Amino acid sequence: MTAAQVIFAQEVASPSAFAEMMAEGLSLGAIYALLAMGFVIIFKATQVLNFAHGALAGLGAFLVASFATILNFPGRYIESAPEWLQWTLSVIVALAASALVGMAIERLFLRPMVGEALFAVAIVTLGIDISLRNITNDFIGTDPRPLGSPWGTDVLNLGWLRIAHSEIATIVTSLVLVGLVALFFRSRTGIAMRATAFDQEAARAQGISVGRIFSTSWAIGAVLATIAGIFVSVFPRRSTGVDPSTAFFAFKAFPAIILGGLDSVAGAVIGGFAVGIAEAAAGEFLKFDFLGAGFAGIVPYLLMMLVLLIRPYGLFGTEEIRRV
Amino acid sequence: MRGRPNLFTSYESDQAMLNTTTKKVMLFLFLGVLVLLPFTGGGGPGNVRLFDWNIPLLSWLAADDWLQLMGTACIFAIGALGLNLLTGLAGQVSLGHAFFMGIGAYTAAWLGAPESPLIGLGLPIWIWLPAAGAVAAIVGVVVGPTAVRVRGLYLAIVTLGLVFIGEYVFRNWRSLTGGSQSGRSFARLQFRFWKEEAALIDTTADGEWLTSNGKGFLFLLALVVVFTLLAKNIQRTRAGRAFQSIRDRDVAAEVMGVNEFKYKLLAFGLSSFFAGVAGGLLAGYFGRTIPERWDLFLSVQFIAIILIGGAGTTSGTLMGSAFVIMLPRFVQNGTEWLKGQIAEGGIIATIADPVIATSQTDFGIINTLPGTGPGLSVLQLNQVLYGLLIIVFLIFEPLGLYGIWLRVRNYWKGWPFTY
Repeated sequence: MTAAQVIFAQEVASPSAFAEMMAEGLSLGAIYALLAMGFVIIFKATQVLNFAHGALAGLGAFLVASFATILNFPGRYIESAPEWLQWTLSVIVALAASALVGMAIERLFLRPMVGEALFAVAIVTLGIDISLRNITNDFIGTDPRPLGSPWGTDVLNLGWLRIAHSEIATIVTSLVLVGLVALFFRSRTGIAMRATAFDQEAARAQGISVGRIFSTSWAIGAVLATIAGIFVSVFPRRSTGVDPSTAFFAFKAFPAIILGGLDSVAGAVIGGFAVGIAEAAAGEFLKFDFLGAGFAGIVPYLLMMLVLLIRPYGLFGTEEIRRV
Repeated sequence: MRGRPNLFTSYESDQAMLNTTTKKVMLFLFLGVLVLLPFTGGGGPGNVRLFDWNIPLLSWLAADDWLQLMGTACIFAIGALGLNLLTGLAGQVSLGHAFFMGIGAYTAAWLGAPESPLIGLGLPIWIWLPAAGAVAAIVGVVVGPTAVRVRGLYLAIVTLGLVFIGEYVFRNWRSLTGGSQSGRSFARLQFRFWKEEAALIDTTADGEWLTSNGKGFLFLLALVVVFTLLAKNIQRTRAGRAFQSIRDRDVAAEVMGVNEFKYKLLAFGLSSFFAGVAGGLLAGYFGRTIPERWDLFLSVQFIAIILIGGAGTTSGTLMGSAFVIMLPRFVQNGTEWLKGQIAEGGIIATIADPVIATSQTDFGIINTLPGTGPGLSVLQLNQVLYGLLIIVFLIFEPLGLYGIWLRVRNYWKGWPFTY
């Protein structure tokens, strides 16, 4: 047996390794699910394939870092409040700011493109992505930009399972947000959004302000991207906080979206968790020398190719009906 | 027809690539100037100049570093002509161009680079250059079925995945690519009949009349002419018309008897061929490259080229490549000029002061200091500009530079009338 095979055998043999792999996969999947959910909401409501989602996540995480640690806003005015409350308030301010950024992007760059070919609009978002990402990176610079999260580097040790507090927070937060989004789709605005997704003209005829729905969906997308950005930028994924790679992380949400189908929110969540677990499993169990470094990172894309070969519209996507 | 440039009396003259006398004359003059340009620079030890032009713009372009930049623009033009066939004509958005360029580059290295610790067979350019294109095309056709089955937006994401998978393979195949730290040296643009010692034409050394960059530029210019003719003729024949019909309405195209699968695959293969050749040339032109060169940003640059130039137009693609490749240099020269103005003082300095950061404490949008500091570096500014230009052109001028040129031309054609 080669060294790699020995490692493989040991890892598979221990149940603890499996539990840790599942924990890692679930927390990774939770981040992908958050990203994918925001992405699908934007796609469903506005028919825009948003390549700028990663840039929004990076910017959002940087906003959190700015408000929570650099500016200490609004914490500096309520110094008596407990630290976790100060941090939560900073996050809420940052979420509001990133929602505004999302709405501004939609209003400035995507509203003029309404009615254009879908791929042209998608390429506009590619342009937004590259501009926004570079501007954010410039603000981040080379300094460490910690988020000052209340979980710090604490780890819960159950003996058979070691899991960081932030990973638990990731999983819980994303499950709560999945529930909230499901509830949102039953609200008045949510129903209006579903109507818009179904047929924009008919929705207008019913008195729905399609423009406002577009803005809302971008705000929700930006907020979800920011929350994902927070969890990407804290321990154990990053030791120093936000850095330029935060924005690149979001590209791996694309396989999740494809897996679930571009226009299915439930599919995005399932796809996100599936991709996260697949990536964690590959990282844990496929430690062969010939695979080299970073194989786990491309497992999502390989999975995506495989699914598309079998089902070109993803697992839960709507099949395009072609009529003459 | 003299004096009546728009009167065509035969189908051939109507369909000709250069259907008016003006076009023929202008193209001839333009190519002539481009060919003569490197000869004004002066080459090797004797520094012999064939021409001693002192025309402001031209003598500036003939400077050695600008010749190198124009050579790069030629390579990007070849790649962009390929992407234009796929995206501009067949309407399939691909972000995977960098992947196919990487395949071309490493095929070129395998066959053409001299033997070293890394794989290299040392074969001449007339083998490795077509092979770079051919292998990329084969990979394109093999990957194609996954990509062709999916439509529109799904395709953009699949090809995005290709870039990441490609980067992983290139990083880890160390015996071929040299890995991330050092990269590898590639086959240079030198002509040999076989593996003889002295190259017949060597674009890496200064000659009697031409500098190495001048030779490189002329060689690449010749290739651009060949590939432009190829792309233009693909566009004008059955395959090109089939691509356009698929782009405009795929169902209608199929009803008319266009085999959608076949032609999409053909577009994919052709585009990959152009990309492979461009990749081999790009690596050979600069000599040494790390695997990260073939990343998503390279693909975005190609998207920027065809959108800024004008999707679906050949001349637009050529204009777009020149524009996108030369833009960074213009930005750099512009910021240096503004910096000089600030040092001198005056009205321009007042305007330029908030734009350029001259010291660590000074505020400015552009930062020209070494290392990072406040403000965008020139490199970051260029990337931001690419992004903004893509957005601005898509919103305001979907036909790109070609559209602007068309409007200018039509204005002077009808002048002094507006019609």
